[in-house]
Formats: sequence, C-alpha cells, structure tokens
Amino acid sequence: MLEIKNVHKTFFAGTVNERVALQEINLTLGEGEFVTVIGSNGAGKSTILNITSGKLRPDTGSVVIDGQDVTRLADFQRAKYIGRVFQDPMAGTSPEMTIEQNMAIAFERGKRRGLAPGVTRKKRDFFREELKSLELGLENRLKAKVGLLSGGQRQALSLLMATFSSPNILLLDEHTAALDPQRAALVSRLTAEVVQRHHLTTLMVTHNMEQALQLGTRLIMMHEGRIILDLDQAQKSRMTVPDLLHEFEKIKGAAVDDRTMLQ
Amino acid sequence: MIVAVELGLIYAVMALGVYLTFRILNFPDLTVDGSFTTGAAVAAVGIINGVPPLVATLAAFAAGMAAGWVTGILHTKGKINGLLAGILTMIALYSINLRIMGKANLPLLRQDTLLTPLRDAGLLGSAVGILVFAIIALAIKLVIDWFLHTDLGLSLQATGDNEQMIRSFGVSTDRTKILGLALSNGLVALCGAMIAQYQGFADIGMGIGLILAGLASVIIGQAIFGSRIIFVATLAVVLGSVLYRVVIQLALQAGLNPNDMKLISAVLVIIALVLPQLKVFRKVQGLSKMKKSLMAPSEPAGAKV
Repeated sequence: MLEIKNVHKTFFAGTVNERVALQEINLTLGEGEFVTVIGSNGAGKSTILNITSGKLRPDTGSVVIDGQDVTRLADFQRAKYIGRVFQDPMAGTSPEMTIEQNMAIAFERGKRRGLAPGVTRKKRDFFREELKSLELGLENRLKAKVGLLSGGQRQALSLLMATFSSPNILLLDEHTAALDPQRAALVSRLTAEVVQRHHLTTLMVTHNMEQALQLGTRLIMMHEGRIILDLDQAQKSRMTVPDLLHEFEKIKGAAVDDRTMLQ
Repeated sequence: MIVAVELGLIYAVMALGVYLTFRILNFPDLTVDGSFTTGAAVAAVGIINGVPPLVATLAAFAAGMAAGWVTGILHTKGKINGLLAGILTMIALYSINLRIMGKANLPLLRQDTLLTPLRDAGLLGSAVGILVFAIIALAIKLVIDWFLHTDLGLSLQATGDNEQMIRSFGVSTDRTKILGLALSNGLVALCGAMIAQYQGFADIGMGIGLILAGLASVIIGQAIFGSRIIFVATLAVVLGSVLYRVVIQLALQAGLNPNDMKLISAVLVIIALVLPQLKVFRKVQGLSKMKKSLMAPSEPAGAKV
C-alpha cells in the first residue's frame, strides 16, 4: 500500500524559474491497485514518481509504504520496497554484465550484499524459469551480455528484474515510450501479466491515453501539479480516448476560470 | 630480460588494482602514484624496525586501503571530481610518505625481507623467480575474479556500468565506490611493498608516473588478449604488465635513456587511446572499449532514444 500525503514540491524556489510541480497531492493506492497516471508535459506525473522512488524529496508532506514512513530515505534505501522500470530501455540493466548477473543483482534487491556467489546453480534455474515467462527466448542466453539485446528485450528484462522479487510497490515511468509500437505492445502485455501474477501495487506514468485506459484498475489525470480527475475501474472502463480528451479540456477550462475568478 | 618479466609480474599486482578502478568502477584514480610509495614506505619502515616482513607487507596493504578510502570519501561525500580527488590524495600522500620514511630514501640492505630466501638461494632472476612471482600474481588475479562474482562484487561491477540501475536495486554507490578505491589502492600499496623488497630500498619518488604504467598494462593487455569475461580480462592485465616491462627493457637495450621512460610510457598510452579512433583500427575488437573512461564522451551519455 502506498500513501502520498499532502505532498508539495516546488522547483527552483525563490528564482525567476520557480515552478510549482506538485501541490497538495493526496493519493492512496490500496493493496494490488494498479494506477495509471496521465497528463500533459509538466503536469507533475514524473515528479510524483520521483518523489515516491526517493530521487526527489517533497518540500512538505510524506510518503508511506505499507505503514512505513519512507519520506527521509534515499532512493537506494527505499529500493527494499520499490521496483522500478525507467523510460530509457538502457537505464534498468547493466550492459556489460550478463543476463544472469543482472538478474542476480535484481534478486538481491534491498538486501545486504556479501561474499556469497552472485549466481548459483539454484538461482540460475530460477532465472531460467522466470525468463521463460517473457517468451523471448532469453532463457537460452543467460550468459549473453545485456548490451547485446534489443531495446524491447532489455525493457522486458528490466520489467522482470523489477518485479520477480515481489516489491511492495512497482513504479513504471513511461516504460514503453521509447519502444516501437510492436515492442511497446509486448511490454504492455507483459506488464499486465506480471502485475497480476505478483499482485503488485503499481503506479504507472504514461503519455499514451489508450494504454492508460487499457491497463490498470484506476486512472488519474494530472494538470499543473494537481490531480484533476480520478476514475475507478468501473468509470475507467466506460471511457474512450476522446472522452478523456474532452474531460481534460473541460476541467482545464474550469481550472483557468477559477483562477481568473480568484484574481 | 628475465628481470623485466619478474618486474612485470610484480607490477601486475598494481595493474590489477588499476583495473579495478579504471575498468570496473570506470574511475581514473590518480591516488596510485602516492599509495604505491606509501606501501613501499610502510613495509620498509616496518622491516627496518624489526616487524616480520609478512606483517609489514600486510600493513602496507592496509595503508593503501586507507589512502583509497580517503579518495573515495572526497569523491562521494565531498562531491569532488574523481580526477581531482585522486590528485589531492596523491599530493597529500607525498608529505605523509616522507613523514613515514623520515627521509627520501630508505635502504633495506642486510634486512630480512620476504624475498631474502629467494635471493640467498640465488633464484631471483631465474626461472624459479619467474614462477614464484607468476604464482603470486595469478593467485591475486583469481581472488579478484572470485570477488567480482560475489553479490558484493557484482554490485561493484554494476556501479561502474550503470549507477542508476544499481541504486534502484538498493545499493549505495557511494559505498561501492569507496570499497573499490580502497581495494584498488590496497593492491597498489602491496605492490609498492614488494617492489621495495625486490629492489632493496624505498624511495619517495618511486611512484611518480606509475599510473601510466598501470593504464598502459590494462589497455595494452586487454587490447591484445581481450576482455570479454573477467577471467580473461584480469589475465590480460597480468600479461599486459609483463609486456609493458619487456617493451621498456627493449627500449633501454636499444639505447634509450632511462630518464626517457616516463615520456615513452605516456606516448604508449596516448597511442593506445588514439589508435582505435583511426578508421583502419576501428574494427579491432576490444581497443575501442578501452578508452571509454578516459576519453571525452563523443555523444551525450544516456541520450533518450
């Protein structure tokens, strides 16, 4: 379970470039809830993700994972609770290391690392089984360097590495945006499968409205650092992309009106 | 020539240390010039004061680790550029080394060292000498191979390869960098201790320019013998170190002045770094990868696809 409470974040505070990224964000993800986040550029989607992962700290407010306040923990300290897949397919894996070594690193997520062998026969068998679920034939290439894989393969592997050790929270940062349509569809499908299989509490940022409607159990839309629309599964299933766009224009217009009124 | 091979095998320990920072951590660490002399100084002072040679040599390793730790702290906690952090420690060590030694040159004449049994038996400069030093170098190489494949070692490798990734799996990259620098400089100091015992003195200037010998060994060795897997990569470093000493020896025999050796080392490294950029050599596998941590990036790293 993830709770983001009263989070406020301003970039470059006190300068001419001051920009409010998040204001008064309250968001609670129940156990196993899969939330997709959409919004235009600068709406604060990525900031929410980065605040959850610990890459950024909120100015005020707190982040709580399964009852544990993690607001003050650095990104690597929170990794115990969080699996992440980045937008850049190159970001989630180590190219000079083999597939099995990458998986061995992921397998130890958040644990204390000592002098035990990283890859053992038992782990290798487990990795092979896990890789089969990707249906990319990677189970036969355990000793291949990850740098030799295509972007789609690397992203599928990143997804597996982020999830197979069952994190409390899964964060997906536009993780299909850099892939060609075919590969993006594959990674989308794998995402749905893996989230269901491990019953993962998931926060996914995307630019793709269709994907946001198709995946997940809840959808939120952000604009200028606020959550302006929050749809549960039933409401979401009735929505189409034009509906969403229409809704966005309507709320955006209202928000502008509010502000003019206040001034 | 046998002496050159022996020296190459001893200096291989230093080259393995440089390999850890330069290739594994992707961090060009200049602490080496200082920590090598620190190792020699600690071992020499220890031996002169009656400490058992083995203990003195291990103390040198510990002193080197401390030096690497300082560079690591400066770089990670002090947020000082890696090259500068190394230079700062190296310069500071010059004074510290003089303090340890008390004077600029410490002879080990008539002292019992680790190498006394070999020397007394007249085996230095013979095939047996080469065998002994080869066993030492290969043993250390195998320990490094083993270490890099442990959970901790894998996280060290990933730190040099993709920092964002390894942090997302819960590893403090500050800690792995400090650990890598400490281990690396420990090995360099260990090498300094052995060289001091081999040549029979410690000298304040013995580490000057040594980083180039280390880099040359790593670059030349891996360009010729490959670096596809760690086992091969570390073996290539050992062989590269031997090759480097042999080349230096040949240059000396050809009539070059010993004082020109630093210039020759520098030219060797420059050639190894620049050659792969020429079209003819682009295809030579291995060479092009070598330069990644020493060259200015030609394209923005981590560019969005």
